[in-house]
Amino acid sequence: MTTDRSVIANSLGVGLATGTYGVSFGAISTSSGLSVLQTCVLSLVVFTGASQFAFIGIIASGGNPITGALTAVLLGSRNLFYGLSLAPKLKLRGPARLASAHFVIDESTAMAVTRETPHQTRLGFYWTGISIFILWNAMTFAGALAGNAIGDPKQYGLDAAVGAAFLALLWPRLDSWYARAIALFAAAVALGVVPVTAAGLPIIIGGGVAVALGMLWHPQPPSEGAE
Amino acid sequence: MTALWGGILIMVVGCFALKYAGLSVPERVLNHPVTVRAANLIPIALLGALIAVQVFAEGSSLQVDARLLGLGVAAVLLMLRVPFLPVVFAAALAAALVRLI
Repeated sequence: MTTDRSVIANSLGVGLATGTYGVSFGAISTSSGLSVLQTCVLSLVVFTGASQFAFIGIIASGGNPITGALTAVLLGSRNLFYGLSLAPKLKLRGPARLASAHFVIDESTAMAVTRETPHQTRLGFYWTGISIFILWNAMTFAGALAGNAIGDPKQYGLDAAVGAAFLALLWPRLDSWYARAIALFAAAVALGVVPVTAAGLPIIIGGGVAVALGMLWHPQPPSEGAE
Repeated sequence: MTALWGGILIMVVGCFALKYAGLSVPERVLNHPVTVRAANLIPIALLGALIAVQVFAEGSSLQVDARLLGLGVAAVLLMLRVPFLPVVFAAALAAALVRLI
């Protein structure tokens, strides 16, 4: 039996850990060539971390902003599936649905869908989503201002921090050899096309080909027999 | 500058539309096996590709540098069940230190 209090405490803990990371987004974004205003608009209005990082990563490597944006939107497609799993539990309509949609991200979903009651699902979703939103934006602004002052983020290993953050997001999903194979396949295809495509495209191609493979080859459901 | 704002606008509209659409789709679609499988695969595949590009790509060439060390440190700490933020911080620190040397 989980108390409401502990749901809120856990949500705030995740909110604190995730929101703080906005400082590296702000710093990397401004050193990638975005203005402080553009950086803050991304965190305020787009508000989905992995997509924001993908966009500035592509800008930093000299890619076209449109390619970057399309990659970011494609990466944001997982929020569609998060929404799908949240919808029957949150039961939102009209303006409430419109306002709540903004907070559909990795962490708010993770802290919500595992709850036993609709009440605690809502607690987990809103406390996590809104605490991340506030902190993520405050820290983005701080990082964007500091980023201009501190110089090359590579010096602080911030480029390595992005890869580590993505690995940390991916890690809980690598719980089977099948998932690991799909991730490695996506990585291999993406690296294979890096030399021959524009920045940003390798992620779409690698991710797309691996999803296609996974849709065709799925030994997991026992009813389909061993392969 | 204008191109950057164009990209930002695409992201604003696209990312919000995806979030909103997810909350608006009927439950029976969610329960369809194809949706369930795709929902599980997309983050794994995209993050796999993203990590690889983030760590090995330098423009249109591939290179091994301090980023790979950072990723290795992150993997070891994740295996030890260290939380998100310390993992990210340690990876940055490892890469920064090796660049100092």
